Amino acid sequence: MRQAEDLIITQVDLLIVGAGPAGMAAAVEARKHGLDVLLVDEQPSPGGQIWRSVEAGEGRDDILGSAYFEGRDVSKAFRACGAGYLPNAQVWQVDRGFRVLLTSQGQPQILEAKTVLLASGAQERPVPFPGWTLPGVLTVGAAQILLKNAGQIPVEPVWIAGSGPLPLLYAVQLLRAGGRIAGYLDTAPAGNWRAGVVYLPGALRSARDLIKGLGWSAVLRKQVKMVRHVTSIEATGADHIESLRYKVRGGPDVVVPAQLLLVHEGVVPNIHPALSLGCAVSWNSAQHCFAPQVDGWGETSVENLFIAGDGAGIAGAKAAQLRGTLAAIRISTKVGRLDHSAANGLAGEVRTRLRKELAIRPFLDALFPPRAQIFQPADATIVCRCEEVTAGEIRSAAAVGCPGPNQIKAATRAGMGPCQGRQCGYTVTRILADVQGRAPAEVGFFNIRPPLKPVTLGELAALAGRSTGDNQGLFEDTIGSADPHVVE
Amino acid sequence: MFRKLHESDAPVAIEIDGKTVSAEVGESVAAVLLREADAWARLTPVTQSRRAPYCMMGVCFDCLAEVDGKPSVQTCLVPVCDGMRVTRQCGKRRI
Amino acid sequence: MQADVIVIGAGTVGAAIGYGLASRGQRVIVLDGGDRDIRAANANFGLVWLHGKGMDMPAYYFLTRKSVDDWQAFDEELTDATSVDLQYEHRGGLVLCLGEDDFAQRRDNLLRLHNQLEDATDPDWEMLDRDALRKLLPRVSLGEEVSGASLGKRDGHANPLRLLASLHAGIVQKGGSLHRGCSVRAVQGHSGGGFSVDFGSGRASAARIVIAAGMGSKAIARQVGLDVPIRPQRGQILVTEKVMPILPLPTLDVRQTREGSVMIGATHEEVGLDCSTTAEAAAALSANAVRQFPALAEVSVVRQWAGLRILTPDGFPVYAESESHPGAFVALCHSGVTLAAFHAGLLAESIAAGRLPASLNVFHHRRFDVPQAA
Repeated sequence: MRQAEDLIITQVDLLIVGAGPAGMAAAVEARKHGLDVLLVDEQPSPGGQIWRSVEAGEGRDDILGSAYFEGRDVSKAFRACGAGYLPNAQVWQVDRGFRVLLTSQGQPQILEAKTVLLASGAQERPVPFPGWTLPGVLTVGAAQILLKNAGQIPVEPVWIAGSGPLPLLYAVQLLRAGGRIAGYLDTAPAGNWRAGVVYLPGALRSARDLIKGLGWSAVLRKQVKMVRHVTSIEATGADHIESLRYKVRGGPDVVVPAQLLLVHEGVVPNIHPALSLGCAVSWNSAQHCFAPQVDGWGETSVENLFIAGDGAGIAGAKAAQLRGTLAAIRISTKVGRLDHSAANGLAGEVRTRLRKELAIRPFLDALFPPRAQIFQPADATIVCRCEEVTAGEIRSAAAVGCPGPNQIKAATRAGMGPCQGRQCGYTVTRILADVQGRAPAEVGFFNIRPPLKPVTLGELAALAGRSTGDNQGLFEDTIGSADPHVVE
Repeated sequence: MFRKLHESDAPVAIEIDGKTVSAEVGESVAAVLLREADAWARLTPVTQSRRAPYCMMGVCFDCLAEVDGKPSVQTCLVPVCDGMRVTRQCGKRRI
Repeated sequence: MQADVIVIGAGTVGAAIGYGLASRGQRVIVLDGGDRDIRAANANFGLVWLHGKGMDMPAYYFLTRKSVDDWQAFDEELTDATSVDLQYEHRGGLVLCLGEDDFAQRRDNLLRLHNQLEDATDPDWEMLDRDALRKLLPRVSLGEEVSGASLGKRDGHANPLRLLASLHAGIVQKGGSLHRGCSVRAVQGHSGGGFSVDFGSGRASAARIVIAAGMGSKAIARQVGLDVPIRPQRGQILVTEKVMPILPLPTLDVRQTREGSVMIGATHEEVGLDCSTTAEAAAALSANAVRQFPALAEVSVVRQWAGLRILTPDGFPVYAESESHPGAFVALCHSGVTLAAFHAGLLAESIAAGRLPASLNVFHHRRFDVPQAA
């Protein structure tokens, strides 16, 4: 049996969760100032999502584009900087103070850190529509990960439905790789250019990115059937998607055969770890999501807890690196390795570059808002994928007065599955807001508790004091002084 | 559903429900599942509906399968290794 | 708003009382708090349990037994009214023993309790040795320390969240009204009789009020001359992913739901109004579960939550009517699921009639004022 000493790694100055652009940049910066750093990540190699499997991606440069391979240099710098690195590790609990519990290779571990940086990034916004749970429906991000991680592309011509830079980029990458696109259903609402053009002057500061984006659109329009102003989609099939029905604003339904459908309606920060720690969050109406409240360095409302990267607010890889760097600078002052004026000096140039990276955001947010259908799914649509709870059931619970998402959860089971509301939380909030005439910001989100990822009873039991044999567990028996057989 | 762009130089062999398939070091088990003609990972415990990997990044839990005897593994987060045995998970966990 | 009775609190206790009142033709308004208010009702384990209860208070044993015996009829009637399946099963309940000493102690405690009852009927429990227990649980292997168990023949379990949802629907179905997001701030008695209740966004008045607001009851009850000593006790629970059926009977700490998930409880912590969950508890609860059923070690925990039991100084309920404000009642307990049949039945009936029966005097909180005999 494992000894308690095996279960604890000695205290570090900084624990980073996430090996994406923000996490790696923070590690490199913190190491410059001599901090004791450990970075943990659930994947087998660094890169996060945007640079997924970047270390192994040789030979795919021409398909994936140079922006992807910038990640390779960052990964090299990270590997060389002297930070501890624990891959294949799923964090399931973070307690203030800080104590981090995770499972690595099936073994539970407890880490202690003076400061914590959450760099867990973002996920694609949940996109509920009838049939979205069928095999053959994936997110665009998933398809891109398959390209990065496994060098694979769809066999049949693929349908893409959504809006945002990511599906445009993937479509271009897919064509470069020799893939075929059956059609691109652009769900950005009509009038989005008018909404976006207001922000265009600011966006021009990131002219290079703008031009790149326009270039993608031009390429696609030449080679791919693009359908604009698509307002709703529906996938049908028995065990697998077989056909796709879509509706264009003001037009009739169109039904096409489909073997693979990729969807995307933007990206939202992973707020689960922040919520489980009690960080204050606020509603970002431009991005239609909650984001943690952070100061100019990335510190949250919980002292010594920082968030950097897309987990703090969607802004892309470069901004993530810069925010990770800023957080590490500030953390270095917190642990006494850097004085404040030096910190401010270092930060100045980083902030200038960050402002430039953030300049395009309002334009992109206005150009690619999520379509209304995903916030008002039809009654028969599965909203909670894990527990298979439909929109109709959630609407009924909202209609009888459930005061918030947590009571909806209690009444319908939505949010009780292993994903803990990652695929249904926003939809529950929006349905409730819609039925009760309230703002999503006021409705709030599910109460998130550990475990952030599932952990087995055996792994948990290994941490306890009450085991057979001579194992010195970590925790004393804290169930309570009452006789365990007492009345219930 | 999906196919590889290049064959691997040093392929490994894994088993999916007893059938041997070729895989590449470094790719996830979910990627291999998606190359099957019949691409799915599990049947849901609630309605026994088929699910396949959806998000490929660990936030949907639809890619769960049993890997080398360990059930409910998120196959999108697990890299293949030679001789790995993958069993699709049908309905509720057996213990 | 005007009613015969206002029930303050729509948790398992308040909702059952409200449903019972509405079923008896009372005009009833039930008021409940906000989304994140402390709610024991959302954290319940779900046992409908008798055996082992009532040590040193036989009246509690008999109260519980009546409720347990009435539960099936209560379930059927409520399901008829709302079509919500409560998943109630009552084929018995087990308390596993680890080691021979534990087994002996359990049996001795149960015998002592039985003797206190002076009840001529056979005990509603029996002791099972390991072999006998194995026969009852053929699909799961027992931990090597498991020496046997006590089996309560009347015990069972139900789905506590469905019970709550069903009671809420039942209140409305029987003509009552339920108002959520309406935390009560103040109550006032009128000199001629009757009460008004202020819940922030509005007011309501009624001839009678019932305070069943869990931990929130103290502050409200004090305003009508009811000084109830209650304290919170935290209980943490784990729930696993869905598993094929392995446990046909619930145990005190481990029960399998109809959906397949296994619930593992519970701690007894004195931490004030703190509803946070702890890794320590997760570890201890897991270790306990794995000692009983080692095969659970491979199963994943999906959720952990905490609730605050409403505990009186002796752990038994308080049912009382105010002396200074007749018509104001309070109902507090930590076994809201087991006692739901009683709350919807005899208790609601008594409140409708305007008086608690003498049989409930023993549950008045004045029992805490009596100095203990030397």
